[in-house]
Amino acid sequence: MPRKVQVQTKINGEEVEFLCEPRQSLLEALRDIVGLTGSKEGCNDGNCGACTVLFDGRIVTSCLVLAVEAEGKQITTIEGIAMGNELHPIQQCFLEGAALQCGVCTPGIIVAAKALLDQDSNPSEEKIRLWLANNLCRCTGYDKIVRSVQAAAERMQEAR
Amino acid sequence: MSTQNYEPNMVLSTTEFDVIGTRPVRHDGADKVTGRALYGADIELSGLIHGAILRSPHAHARIKSVDTSEAEAHPAVRAVVTSADLADAGDQMVDLGEGAMPLKFLRGNVLASGKALYRGHAIAAVAATSLHDAQEALKLIKVEYEVLPATLTAPDAMRDGAPILHEDLKTTELGKPTDKVSNVSNHFQHVKGDIEAGFAEADLVIEREFNTATVHQGYIEPHNTTVLWNNDGRVQIWCSSQGSFTIRDTTAAILEMPVSQVKVTPMEIGGGFGGKIPVYLEPVAAVLSKKSGHPVKIVMSRADEFEATGPTPGSRIKVKMGVRNDGKMVAAQAWMAYEAGAYPGAMVVPGSMCVFAAYDIENILIDGFDVVVNKPSTAAYRAPGATNAAFTTETIVDEMAEKLGIDPLELRLKNAATKGTRRADGPKYPRIGCVEVLEAMKNHPHYNAPLEGPNRGRGVAIGFWFNVGLPSSCSMSVNADGTVMLIEGSPDIGGTRTSLAMQAAEVLGIAVGDVRPTVADTDSVGFTAVTGGSRVTFATGIAVIKAARDVRDQMSQRVARIWGVKEEDVEFEKGVFTSNNGTKNSITFKELAKQLSSSGGPIVGRAAINPPGVGGSFSGNIADVEVDPETGKVTILRFTAFQDAGKAVHPSYVEGQMQGGSVQGIGWALNEEYFMNPEGKMMNSSLLDYRMPTSLDLPMIDTVIIEVPNPGHPYGVRGVGEANIIPPPAALANAVYHAVGVRMDRLPMNPVAVMEAIWEKEDVPA
Repeated sequence: MPRKVQVQTKINGEEVEFLCEPRQSLLEALRDIVGLTGSKEGCNDGNCGACTVLFDGRIVTSCLVLAVEAEGKQITTIEGIAMGNELHPIQQCFLEGAALQCGVCTPGIIVAAKALLDQDSNPSEEKIRLWLANNLCRCTGYDKIVRSVQAAAERMQEAR
Repeated sequence: MSTQNYEPNMVLSTTEFDVIGTRPVRHDGADKVTGRALYGADIELSGLIHGAILRSPHAHARIKSVDTSEAEAHPAVRAVVTSADLADAGDQMVDLGEGAMPLKFLRGNVLASGKALYRGHAIAAVAATSLHDAQEALKLIKVEYEVLPATLTAPDAMRDGAPILHEDLKTTELGKPTDKVSNVSNHFQHVKGDIEAGFAEADLVIEREFNTATVHQGYIEPHNTTVLWNNDGRVQIWCSSQGSFTIRDTTAAILEMPVSQVKVTPMEIGGGFGGKIPVYLEPVAAVLSKKSGHPVKIVMSRADEFEATGPTPGSRIKVKMGVRNDGKMVAAQAWMAYEAGAYPGAMVVPGSMCVFAAYDIENILIDGFDVVVNKPSTAAYRAPGATNAAFTTETIVDEMAEKLGIDPLELRLKNAATKGTRRADGPKYPRIGCVEVLEAMKNHPHYNAPLEGPNRGRGVAIGFWFNVGLPSSCSMSVNADGTVMLIEGSPDIGGTRTSLAMQAAEVLGIAVGDVRPTVADTDSVGFTAVTGGSRVTFATGIAVIKAARDVRDQMSQRVARIWGVKEEDVEFEKGVFTSNNGTKNSITFKELAKQLSSSGGPIVGRAAINPPGVGGSFSGNIADVEVDPETGKVTILRFTAFQDAGKAVHPSYVEGQMQGGSVQGIGWALNEEYFMNPEGKMMNSSLLDYRMPTSLDLPMIDTVIIEVPNPGHPYGVRGVGEANIIPPPAALANAVYHAVGVRMDRLPMNPVAVMEAIWEKEDVPA
């Protein structure tokens, strides 16, 4: 077995250093090494989006990124979305809008929605649907998710 | 479009309450939007090692030998198991909550012995210090197979000379055992009236044959389990399951130990839809733990999910229906063959109960066939069996309406089942909401909105699911601060902690936030059947109401003692105890809670029930589509879902069930299928190729909740989880017909199927 590799990265704003096998994915490193289990594994081949994280601001499925690629990068996971004890408006709107049922896709969807609202403060329904098309949800039929992202966009605009 | 009175989500309510009918934030909400909620795969235990399962590459093969010696020699491997490590099952039956099953089939599905019956069938398992090592070690196991011919569909498996899966499976024919060895495990009939006389009375008879593909529930969280076989001989399990007690009982049966030796702790569950009722991993992980001395975690891959869990049956269904010119349906006949997969138990029985369930028809004959094939052993999927069935009936009813020149909703209303209608399988309906659902559809702005443009069409369809009761237990303790701890045993998949807490709050006159629900492990709560059959808000709800009333009555006794009045002179309303006997006394629930320990001690309410009074649920869809005549692609322009929920405890969660069920039905209708090669290999076992609906494929799913209270529940709850998946395939098939003039008789109606139908109509060679 190849030797473990040391990786220095920034996760949710904090410096993190970990050892991983070269074959391990970022998702494995987050969950099994760093202990951040909020990112979920639904398929391990990039098709469900439950492991979505921000990778230097871009949305990626962390199961398709090697852990060693995190060297020197900035990673944001679902654990980094809330602001201290205060939920992010997207999280608050998901709760009020009943945008989750089983909740296992929710972390990935909230991370993806945050990336969308960070670059477009007033996205159309079509744009929300396109943006979230890599995040499968089997419980909700997406209706309440799309509406909750719209509600969060409005709330964030009001707060400005 | 007429949108004047239109709201995307409407509730047609009949009774109002204080808490029930409101939309509070769920108790587990903060955990689930921050990533803190712990699902099965998130658990970490001291000394944990990882398991992986070797699966058959063949759909049908005799296992001649399994050599695990090289795997055992791998330095990271701590244990290896094969079916030789599980005891012989004999002829025992195991109760699964929604029906019993022979133990040998359950055990055989967990680890194959003798033969592999489908591609993906578990052959052996390895536990190693890391998952990657376990997966490497699987490659060191040598299995010698004698590959056998496979049979993959019900019609093929039923023919004479078809490859036989189980040499000891003999057909049960109309309730009687026979000596005939075949792949048909059961042929049954439902008879009502005189089918010949019925068809003789008909002016119009329509007969069609339908085929529907195997589909998967598609929950996003794969099956997972972590098992510790402790040094005291107790087995402890942490898993994502719809039924902790079902996992406990089936695991105990397979391991041949008393149920009290197994403890199941339910973790958060990432979707189930019926697919997370059977046991797959737990007995294997238990034996790996026993052999290694470590807790063992196994998580399925997505390909394993498709190839080795329980999808819902593919089917061939022939339906013939007769109607008079005045629109009265007089005869209905169905021949239904469902693919059970590798072991008996296709959902053809519930399918047969639902196939004509929406209509009051005098003469009915239904033949059902439960057929084993070389595909994964099927499981429940949201109203199991009913979606296949309604696809057939509801497209024929649409054709009837067209040929008779009657509005399709009027034709349904003219024949709608109502209180007192007897279903072909026996029961007479109590109060049901079929008529109310149809009326709501007819009156909805969507039905009356113009739909213009070429290749566009509107379709309607309805569906029925009977729902179930089954046992539930709970307890409830009162805290000194006036809050209440609710301990119950129903794994919460879609917000039932809250829908249960709301019912407790309603009884006790307190805020829903003052009830703290916990889904307890199997040591800590009384027996509770699976989260399935749309039962939790109804059945566990009744247990919660009963336990809350127990709390209320004990509080009443306590306050009577404190005030020195008779118990019957204490009244309770909206959270306040009063007594008008001489002095005017009054105390709130919260104030009294403070005094409990000083006035006699704590108060705990409890209930354990198996409720009668189950209320079935009707659903309906109006769907507008546009069909691309060049490619056959169907685009949904507008979709409205209707359902009789009984009283909607939390309307947002009811809408969520309706929207989610509708979209699963849409996926089933338009895209999803097990695409098998002739050797029985699934060619699309990834989420990319299986292609469930994404957010981009759909419009908003509008909802209308129709509340026809169920007299069997104190607040009128029926249960809403399942009926909503039933109508979409038929509604979309009817919409496709009205768009491009082709009657679809197979699922999925993917572009290939639609194009072939268009070419056939236009007489173009495909």
